[in-house]
Amino acid sequence: MKINKVLLLGSGALKIGQAGEFDYSGSQAIKALKEEGVKVILINPNIATIQTSRGFADEVYFLPLEPNFVEEVIKKEKPDGILLSFGGQTALNCGLALAISGVFKKYKVKVLGTPVSSINKTEDRNLFVKELISINLNTANSQAVKSLKEAKKAARQIGYPVMVRGGFSLGGQDSGAAASEKDLAEIADRALSKTPQILIEEYLKGWKEVEYEVVRDKFDNCITVCNMENFDPMGIHTGESIVVAPSQTLNNYEYHKLREISIKVIRHLNIVGECNIQFALNPNPKSDKIDYRIIEVNARLSRSSALASKATGYPLAYVAAKLALGKSLTEITNSVTQKTIAAFEPALDYLVVKLPRWDLSKFIKSEATIGSYMQSVGEVMAIGRKFEEALQKAVRMLDIDLEGITDKKAKTIDFKKPTPWRIFSIAQKIKIGESSQKISALTGIDKFFLEKIKNITNLEKEIEKKKRLSADTLTLAKQYGFSDKHLASLIGEKSDYVRNLRYKFKIVPSVKQIDTLAGEYPAKTNYLYLTYNGESDDTDVKNSKSEALNTKQSSNSNNQNYKRLKHSNLENSDLFRNSLLGSQQLEIRNPQNHKVIILGSGPYRIGSSVEFDWCSVNAAAICIKSEYSPIIINCNPETVSTDYDMAERLYFEELTEETVYEIYQKEKPDGIIVSMGGQKPNNLTPELSKLGLKILGTTPKSIDNAEDRNKFSALCDKLQINQPPWAMLKTVEEATRFADKIGFPVLVRPSYVLSGAAMNVAGNSEDLKEYLAQAANVSEKYPVVISKFFSNAKEIEIDAVAKSGKIQCFAISEHIENAGVHSGDSTLVLPAQNLYTQTVAEIQDIARKIAGALKITGPFNIQFLAINNKVSVIECNLRASRSLPFVSKVTGIDFAKVATEAILSKPSTVNHQLSTINYVAVKSPQFSFSRIKGADPILRVEMASTGEVATFGDDIYEAFLKSILATGTSLPKKSVFIALSGDENKIKFLESARIISKIGLKIYATEGTSKFLKKNGIENQMLYKIHENKKPSVLDVLTAKKVDMVINIFDPYHKKEFTDSYQMRRYTIDFGIPLLTNLQTAELFVKAISVKKLSDLKALPWSSYVKFRN
Amino acid sequence: MNKTRLILEDGAVFDGYQAGYNNSVSGEVVFATGMVGYEQSLTDPSYSGQILAFTYPLIGNWGVPIRKYWESEKIQVQGVIISDLTTNPNHRLAKKTLNNWLVEQKIPAIVDVDTRLLTQKLRDEGVMLGKIIMDNNDIDFWDPNQTNLVAKVSPKTIKIHKPKIQPRRLKAQNLRGCKVGLLNCGAKRNILRSLLSRGATVYELPWNFDLFENNLKIDGLVISNGPGDPKIAKESIAIIKKSLAKKIPTFGICLGNQLLGLAAGGDTYKLKFGHRAQNQPTIQVGTPPRLARSSGEAGKRCFITTQNHGFALSEKKLPKGFKRWFYNANDNTNEGIIHEKLPFFSVQFHPEATPGPTDTQWLFDFFMEKFK
Repeated sequence: MKINKVLLLGSGALKIGQAGEFDYSGSQAIKALKEEGVKVILINPNIATIQTSRGFADEVYFLPLEPNFVEEVIKKEKPDGILLSFGGQTALNCGLALAISGVFKKYKVKVLGTPVSSINKTEDRNLFVKELISINLNTANSQAVKSLKEAKKAARQIGYPVMVRGGFSLGGQDSGAAASEKDLAEIADRALSKTPQILIEEYLKGWKEVEYEVVRDKFDNCITVCNMENFDPMGIHTGESIVVAPSQTLNNYEYHKLREISIKVIRHLNIVGECNIQFALNPNPKSDKIDYRIIEVNARLSRSSALASKATGYPLAYVAAKLALGKSLTEITNSVTQKTIAAFEPALDYLVVKLPRWDLSKFIKSEATIGSYMQSVGEVMAIGRKFEEALQKAVRMLDIDLEGITDKKAKTIDFKKPTPWRIFSIAQKIKIGESSQKISALTGIDKFFLEKIKNITNLEKEIEKKKRLSADTLTLAKQYGFSDKHLASLIGEKSDYVRNLRYKFKIVPSVKQIDTLAGEYPAKTNYLYLTYNGESDDTDVKNSKSEALNTKQSSNSNNQNYKRLKHSNLENSDLFRNSLLGSQQLEIRNPQNHKVIILGSGPYRIGSSVEFDWCSVNAAAICIKSEYSPIIINCNPETVSTDYDMAERLYFEELTEETVYEIYQKEKPDGIIVSMGGQKPNNLTPELSKLGLKILGTTPKSIDNAEDRNKFSALCDKLQINQPPWAMLKTVEEATRFADKIGFPVLVRPSYVLSGAAMNVAGNSEDLKEYLAQAANVSEKYPVVISKFFSNAKEIEIDAVAKSGKIQCFAISEHIENAGVHSGDSTLVLPAQNLYTQTVAEIQDIARKIAGALKITGPFNIQFLAINNKVSVIECNLRASRSLPFVSKVTGIDFAKVATEAILSKPSTVNHQLSTINYVAVKSPQFSFSRIKGADPILRVEMASTGEVATFGDDIYEAFLKSILATGTSLPKKSVFIALSGDENKIKFLESARIISKIGLKIYATEGTSKFLKKNGIENQMLYKIHENKKPSVLDVLTAKKVDMVINIFDPYHKKEFTDSYQMRRYTIDFGIPLLTNLQTAELFVKAISVKKLSDLKALPWSSYVKFRN
Repeated sequence: MNKTRLILEDGAVFDGYQAGYNNSVSGEVVFATGMVGYEQSLTDPSYSGQILAFTYPLIGNWGVPIRKYWESEKIQVQGVIISDLTTNPNHRLAKKTLNNWLVEQKIPAIVDVDTRLLTQKLRDEGVMLGKIIMDNNDIDFWDPNQTNLVAKVSPKTIKIHKPKIQPRRLKAQNLRGCKVGLLNCGAKRNILRSLLSRGATVYELPWNFDLFENNLKIDGLVISNGPGDPKIAKESIAIIKKSLAKKIPTFGICLGNQLLGLAAGGDTYKLKFGHRAQNQPTIQVGTPPRLARSSGEAGKRCFITTQNHGFALSEKKLPKGFKRWFYNANDNTNEGIIHEKLPFFSVQFHPEATPGPTDTQWLFDFFMEKFK
C-alpha cells in the first residue's frame, strides 16, 4: 500500500527525561516524509517547538497526546500510517494504548517502522528478558514482580544490593539501588503505585555503561551508527552521566562484540528504524570472554539518539523516518557528503563529551544527589580532538560560571557520593595528589579518564608555579581546553593579556568540520567546531566558497538529488522549506552573501528552553530569505538549531566571549544577533561589544539601560512610567530599613535575572536577612535589589517588535495567576480576557514610550502589574521572550520574522495588523516535580517549570482544559481532596468548593477546611494530617488512590503554612495524583470542568483557528 | 618531548613531537579511519612499508595486550602518525603502553600532528611517499611498492595448525578432517583463527610455496591479504593458476582478491588513496547466498566491512567466467568476484575483521561448504 498521509505524534511539553531532543527528531521526520511526497499530520501541544511551525507539517493539532484526542484526529484526517517513535515515551505509550484498544485496526492505520509487537517486547520487562534469553544473550539477573511481597522474595534470591526498576518509565523514574529490605520497600512501594510491574535486578556496581545506536531497514541491513561510553559507571542514569562518544576504553574485541550483539538483538526484535541498546560491561571479567548484560532497548528515537546524531553528523531521525516508509539504507544518501550512502558507520576524527545540566538548586528541598533516575534538565556537548579539550569546553558550555574542570568556584563535596559536582571534586582531589587508582576504586570511574584529568591538573599546577606562560605552555594549555580567562586567573592577569599573548604567539584555534567519514570524503555541509589541536582550518571549509558555488557542476548525485526534490511537493514553499530541504538550499544559498552570526541559547535549563531554539532557527531561516548567510553558534545537542542544515554554517561551540570572538575573527560577519537566543546571548552582549564586535539590532547601550535596574528605573521616572518602589542595596541594615519603609512583603532579587535565580519574597525582616545572604552569593558583579511585592496584583505582559524605536507588532497576554508566581510558571491567556480598555491602552502607551526611548530594533517583552486600573512596569527584556513562539502562533503574525527583518534593516514582509481574534489560546506550564526527589511542588517567584504547552478553544474554558490535560493532568471523575490554609483562602475558594460538590465530586478535606466547608453547607469527609497518625489520614486516601485530584491552596511565602503541608504535597506528586496549589488556577479549573465535559473539547487543527499572515 | 617533522614527497611538512623509537624512517604515507584496534592494525602485515596515520585522534587508550591479540608477530608499519598519544592507558589486558611497545619494536612515531589536515591532503592528492625525521637525521624517500613486500612478510616455512574443535563435533560431514591451504602473503592471524575455529586443519604456506608440486592434498585454498602491488607476487599468481585448473575451492581475501583476479586473467590498478577503514559499505550483487532471515531483495544487501588496501581489481576487464560479487557503495570499486560455476571467489574486504565489524564472517562458512 502506498503511504500518502502520515500521522506523527510529538512528545508534548518538555519535562525532565523528555526534552528538546524530540523536537529535533520530529522535525527531521517531517523533513524526510515531505521529501518522499507524504502529507504529514502532527499532534503536539508544545507550541514552542520548531516542528509545530508553519511549513513543516501539513496540518498541526495543538492537542493533548491522549488516546481520545488522537482517535478524534484519526477519524477526521484518515491517515494511512502513523509514526510512534519520534515523540519519546509519551508518543510510544499513547500509540500502544491506541493499538491495544483497536483504534488503528478500526481506522486502517498502519503503524510504520517498528511493529507494535516489537515495541511491546522492549517495553514489557519480562517479555524482553525472555526474548533475549531465547537468543542466548545475557541480561541482568532480574525478576518482574507485581507486589512488594514478590519483590522481597526476588531480592532475597538475587542477593542485596539489588536494582529496582519501574517499567514504562521516562528516564528511569522510580528506579533505584536498594541495599536492604527497608530501601527496597521504599522504592518498590513508590514504583508500584504508578506501574503494575517492577523489576528487581542484580546490581552491577562498577560495571561500565555503554550504549549503541542501531539502525535496521526492512531488508535486514543493520548498522551501528555510534557507540557511547558513560564516564560514570552503572548506577547513574545515562541521562545523568557524563557521556563520551565514541567509547574510549573499549578495545576492538569489546567494541565489536557488543556491536555484533546489538545487531543480533535488533534483528531478533524485528525493529525497523532506530533503536538504542544499553549494555553493562564488566571491566574485570573472570575469563577471557567478554562479560556483559543487556540493560535496556529503546525501540524509538531517544535523547541518546539525538546526541549520537549530533556527535556523528548522522541524521538518525531523518533516516529512521525514511526506513519507516520502507526504504533501504542503501537508497538513502549520506546528507553530509551527498556522495556516499547512509548504509555506513560514521568514523569520527574527534571525540565528544556530553555533560548534563542540573538545576537542582531551583527546587526547594530537593536532594543534591544523582542516581539511577533522571533529574537533569538539559545537556551540552563539546567537540574536541583531546579528551581534556572537550571536557573543559563542556564545563564552560554548562553556563554555570565555571571556567574549567579545576575552577575553584566549583563546590567541593565528597566525591564518593554521586552529585552534580562530583567531577569537579575529583579534579580537585587529583590536583592535590590523590591517586587515580584510589579514586577509580571508590567511584568505578575508569582510570583512563582520571589520568586525562590529571594531565589538566598537572599543567595547571605548573602554570601556577611559574606564573607565566611560554609559547609552548600556552599552546598545550589551549590544547587542554583552558580558557584565556582561566589562564589569566592562574597567573594573576586579565583575560585580554592572555588573548594578546596568544595572538603574539600565533596560537589560534582551527576550524574543523564534522564530515562523518574522518576526512575520507569531503563534506558538503558546514558543521564546524574549533580546536587548538590542529594546524590550520579545514581545507573543505576554506574551499567551500568556490565549492558551493559550483554545486551544480561539481556533483552528479547532488544534481539528481535536486531534481528529485523539485518533483516532490514544493508548491507549499514556505518559510522553513528553504532551510528544511538541505540540498535544495545549496542552490538558494549564496556564500557571497553577507554573514550574520546568530547566538543560540546553550543548554536547556529552567527558564531557557526550546522556545529560544525556535527563535534562533527562525532567525536563521529569515536571514537566508533576506539574502544573508546565517552562522549559528550553539552547544546544545537537543536542539534543531544545531542541525547542520538550518544555517549556512553551524559552529557547535561555546557561547563565551572568547569563542564568539574567535569565530567572529574567522568569519568576519556583518554582526551578531544576540536577541533571539534568550538570556545567555543577552548576558554576553556587554563583553562582546567591549571586544569591538558589532551587535545587530538594539544597541548594547540600550540593552544595558534595560538590564541595569538603576538606569532602567531612571528611564521610567523620566518617561513617567510607574514602577513598584524599589532600591538597590549593599548592606543588610539598609535593606531592612528600606523594607520597613515600603512595608513587607518585599521582593528580593539580583540584576541580570534568569528564571528568577535567587529571587524571593520576604514577609518579614528575618526572611529578608536570610534571602539576602543567598542573593549576594549569586553574582558579585551585580548588586541586589529590593522592591515592593504586591500579592493581589494581576500580571500582564506584552510581546512586541520594534524597528528604530517604532513598534511594528505586539500582543498582550494576561496571566491567570496573580503576581508572585514566576511568569514562566504562570498560565497565559491570549487574547487577554479580563482587562479594562484603559489598561490595554496604558500598556501600549508604556511599550511605545520604552521602545522609543531605547530605540529598540528587534523583539522585546515588558511585564506589568495591574492593581485595579493602575499599571506599573516590573521588568523589561530587550530580547525575544519565552512567549514569542506562543504569540506568533496564536496571532498568526510571525514575530520572529518581523524582528529579524528589523534587525537586518530589511523592509518588513509581514502584514502585522492585529485583527480581532475570535478564539482563545492558553499556555500552561509543565512541571517535573515528580522527577526531583523531595522537591516541594509549589509555585513561587523562582521558576520551576520545565516546559509548556498551548492549546486553542472557542473560549477560555475549552482552551484551558485542553492545555491542562496536555500537561498530563487528568480531570477528576469521582473525588477531590481539598486543603485550604488561612481564612482568606478558605473564603475565596468557597464558591469553587460549592461547584465541585454540585457537579457530583466527593470532597475530602483536612480538619480546618472540612469544618469550614461543613459550616457553609458543603458535604465532605474529614481526613487527618499525616503527622497526626490518626485514621483516616490523607496518606491512606492518597495511597489507595481514592482521590483524583488534590487542591492545596496556601500562601507560598508564609513559611509555616507550606512547611506543614509539604509532606502531603510531596506524596501527592509521588503517587502521580494531579495537584493544584494556586488559587486562581484552581478557581479557573473548577469553573471550566463545571461548564465543559471532555467530549466538548474539540479536536480542531491549528489552521481552523488562526489565519496566517505573511 | 623533542620536536620532529613528517615530510611528504611534495615537500609538505607536518610538525609534531617525537615518540616511539628514535630513528628516521621513510615509506608510503597512508591514513586509516578506524576508531578501534590500533594494536591489530599496527600488526597487520598489509601495512608493511607504510607510515600509518590514524585519523582517530586518541590512540593508545587501552595500551598493548599480549601477543595473542596481535595480527602477526610484530608491528608491521614503518612508522606511526598520531594526534594524541595516550600515555597512561588503562585496560585489564594492557601489558605495556603503546609508546613502550613502539620503542621495543623499534618503530618511530610522530605525535601531535594535525592528522585531519594530513588526511585531507592525501585524500585530495593521493597517497604519497613520506618520511619521519628524527633529530634532523634526514634520509631518502623510499617507495615500498617497488619492492617485493609479500616476500618480506610471508613465512619462510610451512606450518601445520590443528583445528580448535574436535572434528567429530562438527555437524557437517564434509568438514570432518578437512584441510585448508592458506597461502600466506602477509596473512592476518584471524584468518587462521577463523578457519581453525570452524574445524579445518590449516597448512600455512609461504607465498611462493607450490603445494601442487609438493603433492599437498587440500580441500580448499585461501589466499590471504598482504602488502604492496599484487603484480609483484608473480609466484603466488602462478600457484593460484594451478589451484584454479585443479578446480580446488579457492577463496581470496584482500590482496587475495587481486591475486585471484590476476591469476584468472584480470587486471589491477592503484587507488588514489585506497580504503583503510572499518566502515566501508559493501553491497552484495544479487540475492545473498546465506542469510537466515533475509527478505533478500537483489542489490539491497549491504555489509559494513573492514578494509585495508591501496590496489584494486579492475572491473573493466573481469576475468573470464567471473562476475562482480561485491562492490563498494561509496565509490563503486570492486569488492569481490565469484566464478559463475566453479567454487572460486574472493573479496576485497576483510571477513576476518580484527579490527572491525564481524558482519561477513559467514564467508568462511560459505567457503567451507564448497568442500567435497
